[in-house]
Amino acid sequence: MTVVAAESAVAQAISRIPDPEVPVISIADLGILRAVDVDEQAHTVVVTITPTYSGCPAMEAIASRIVFESARQGYAADVHTQLSPAWTTDWMSDEGRAALQRFGIAPPGPVPTGESHGPVAVTLSRHVVACPHCGSTDTSEIAHFGSTACKALRRCNACLEPFDEFKAI
Amino acid sequence: MTTPQSSPLRSDTSRGPRSSTPQSSPLPGAAENTGAAPGAKPYAAYLLGLADDAMVYAQRLGEWMTNAPQIEEDMALGNIALDLLGQARGLYPYVGSIDGTGRGEDDYAMQRDEREWHNVHLVEQERGDFADEMARLLWFSAYQVELHTALTSSTDDVVAGVSGKALKEVRYHLDHASLWVVRLGDGTEESSRRMQAALERVLPYLAELFDDDEASVLAAGLGAGVLPSTLHQGVVDRVTRVVEQATLTLPDGSRWRSRGGRAGIHSRPMGYLLAEMQHIARSYPGATW
Repeated sequence: MTVVAAESAVAQAISRIPDPEVPVISIADLGILRAVDVDEQAHTVVVTITPTYSGCPAMEAIASRIVFESARQGYAADVHTQLSPAWTTDWMSDEGRAALQRFGIAPPGPVPTGESHGPVAVTLSRHVVACPHCGSTDTSEIAHFGSTACKALRRCNACLEPFDEFKAI
Repeated sequence: MTTPQSSPLRSDTSRGPRSSTPQSSPLPGAAENTGAAPGAKPYAAYLLGLADDAMVYAQRLGEWMTNAPQIEEDMALGNIALDLLGQARGLYPYVGSIDGTGRGEDDYAMQRDEREWHNVHLVEQERGDFADEMARLLWFSAYQVELHTALTSSTDDVVAGVSGKALKEVRYHLDHASLWVVRLGDGTEESSRRMQAALERVLPYLAELFDDDEASVLAAGLGAGVLPSTLHQGVVDRVTRVVEQATLTLPDGSRWRSRGGRAGIHSRPMGYLLAEMQHIARSYPGATW
């Protein structure tokens, strides 16, 4: 989904910037880098990013890193934040998902379509999450919210390790 | 590459939500509505109603940090507050472009006095016990789910964009509140009694969410907003399903109700909330770090 001028060194440098909260994944693999428009004549680059959550505190750090990396390549960057279309974990690349898994964070499953109108309790066991350590699907939720807005906290009932789950939205 | 804009009432087309372009910051309290289109003032008031509900409730929820019954809940309520803060930030600079003042997010959050806030009384009330907060979060997030579902088809691209983003978040907030209301309601005798009492205490503050004031009638007429009264049944249905599963009773009818928040008339706790929230910004005007 991300539109990047792959042949451009500045575009590649921008796409490799790690997410400040989850540094094992790049902003391109996370799907928050939406567009990079390079003007080779003027040595400027217009970069469009979208937040994972409305209040994501990492956006300003990401924007300043983009300006920094662009400057290192000799480009002046103009960073825009775009809300629509809203970010979804479906934009995360396969490489990004694999990196999360290796880091011990369960990657997001497919985004549920619509919303549950069933009894509330059904939501407790609504989806299956595999443990990133041992692979068991016998896991349970400890907390609805984890260390950042994009994660929940779970526990593996097989190997007893706690782990973060990247929530599908 | 900026977000497409098509507000029916904008007086300036250069600003988007949370744009990286710095906002010019005129002195707070600068003349309102200068040079803005007719109808801009009530439309700005409508948008401020949406933003101020989120901003004030974010402040209240933030008070739970270190005060919740367990550390996971500190983080949960802090995360919910952060989502709401982000929703407010998406709207404030945009309002500044509509009302003609060019104010930025800090001007709206930190430099307005009580009478200039458009939030409902529900979100400004003191936090009470944990059951009180879950009762309020249940109703408010059910309201926000219905609200943002409707506003995703707003004719105003900025509103539709903020709402499309917010909808994903508030569904999760509703899920969180629902789990706690069921757990407490269908829990011990003590937790059930206190959850029921909380549902009764929150009741007088709900009707205000669904009042069709002048600003919302205008916004709905433009296709940019939604009439609050049309959200009522959907919200009640959502809350009823949870309350029934929690083996509690939805209390009917309060003998009094709050009113006036959308017009800037607030209840006693609001002044204290603003004093705490704005203290640093007002003590050190223009400070940065």
